[in-house]
Amino acid sequence: MLTIRELKTPLIGPIDLTLQAGEAVAISGPSGAGKSLFLRAITDLDESSGHVALDGRERESMLAPKWRRKIAYVPAESGWWADRVQDHFTETADLSGLLQQVGLADARSWEIARLSTGERQRLALVRALQAAPQVLLLDEPTSALDPPSVTLVETLLKQQLEANRALLIVSHDPGQPERLGARHFIMDKGCLSAAPCEEATA
Amino acid sequence: MTGYLALSYWDLVAASVFLLLNAVFSIVLDLGLTRTLIVSALRMSVQLILVGLVLKAIFFAGSLLWTLLAAAVMLAFAAREIWARQDRRLSGLWGPGLGAAAMLVAGTLVTVYALAGLIRPDPVWLPQYALPLFGMVLGNTMTGVSLGLDTLHTSLARGRREVEAQLLLGRTRWEATRPFARQALRAGFTPIINAMAATGVVSLPGMMTGQILSGVDPREAVKYQLMIMFLLGGATGLGVLGATFGSLWRMTDTRHRLRLDRLNGGSR
Repeated sequence: MLTIRELKTPLIGPIDLTLQAGEAVAISGPSGAGKSLFLRAITDLDESSGHVALDGRERESMLAPKWRRKIAYVPAESGWWADRVQDHFTETADLSGLLQQVGLADARSWEIARLSTGERQRLALVRALQAAPQVLLLDEPTSALDPPSVTLVETLLKQQLEANRALLIVSHDPGQPERLGARHFIMDKGCLSAAPCEEATA
Repeated sequence: MTGYLALSYWDLVAASVFLLLNAVFSIVLDLGLTRTLIVSALRMSVQLILVGLVLKAIFFAGSLLWTLLAAAVMLAFAAREIWARQDRRLSGLWGPGLGAAAMLVAGTLVTVYALAGLIRPDPVWLPQYALPLFGMVLGNTMTGVSLGLDTLHTSLARGRREVEAQLLLGRTRWEATRPFARQALRAGFTPIINAMAATGVVSLPGMMTGQILSGVDPREAVKYQLMIMFLLGGATGLGVLGATFGSLWRMTDTRHRLRLDRLNGGSR
């Protein structure tokens, strides 16, 4: 579904990677290895060279806003531009269900300034899912969550995989790739290499 | 113009008595302001006396070329001032160029319109009218543009996460930066709006006061002042709009990315 060939920026790459529909890929690696830069390059938030295509369609053939609605990227630190939670969401039919699934059913009226990091993480994920993207790029989506919330989010992500969406997740949680059934890669000094889960978690 | 009373240079020295008194207070109270106070007062005196001589020469020559040259010099100083008042600036030629271009277009358009359409001196570029008018238009546009650009650049540099969050949801660069554009436009418009609201109640505008002091009927002076304020408001608005959207265009690209790499500086 998502094919990346020789993706390169001044700091990372070249990187090749293919994601099938319904497939999960997990990336781990030391801080500063370029994991976030890799995700930013895919979603075209930073300039990059090489080929990125979705279902055989090059991203350059699409307007950038359309591309980003298909390839949703949720950064590790999410941005909030209004004062209240509800102003960041469009009232779609699935919104209540999604909020409930991440354990934030009545968050709509809350103030952004009073949210915890974990609450922001979960709300940012819901916000990205609302656009019904085909590929999800998640940067440490559960780093600030307590174990029950991690389970909630992982259940939601598995549902997304079942709905034939592809998932590319950056994670420092050693058990997470396995729980999501993800292929595991290591990123170091801007390059991506395959590694079996056991080696990486050892 | 019968009621005009000329001042001698000795009158000016006498007028500076209170300023000198302030300098004395500053020494006594150890405020450390004496030096800057005296230097700026002297600087102002030299500048204004020179400007008086230059204007006198230009009026006497009555040549289009010299009038245009003087306008160009004024524009250059105003452009430098816009550049200097920004904490973060666009890199490359855009830094000094954008503010100057916005001011040039807005200022020239409004000045030419006023001269050719409203005041109609003969010839149209008569320096006695053209230069003071252009100067007032430039001064106000300059303040608006520099405030607008400074606000825009500072808030964008701090608000990268907010802008990119909206871009990531599939919004366009214009949608994602709208709160920032609004903030910048408001900052740029505020001085002229405040000036219009306070004019005549809190302060009598300098130009009108000048006309009244030189013997013009206050009702006539008011008409002139109103025309000037409308022109200033219009020019400032055009300049601020042009500069803000020009800068937003430069700070984003056709792939709807935020390009903070095209911004320099940031010391405060």
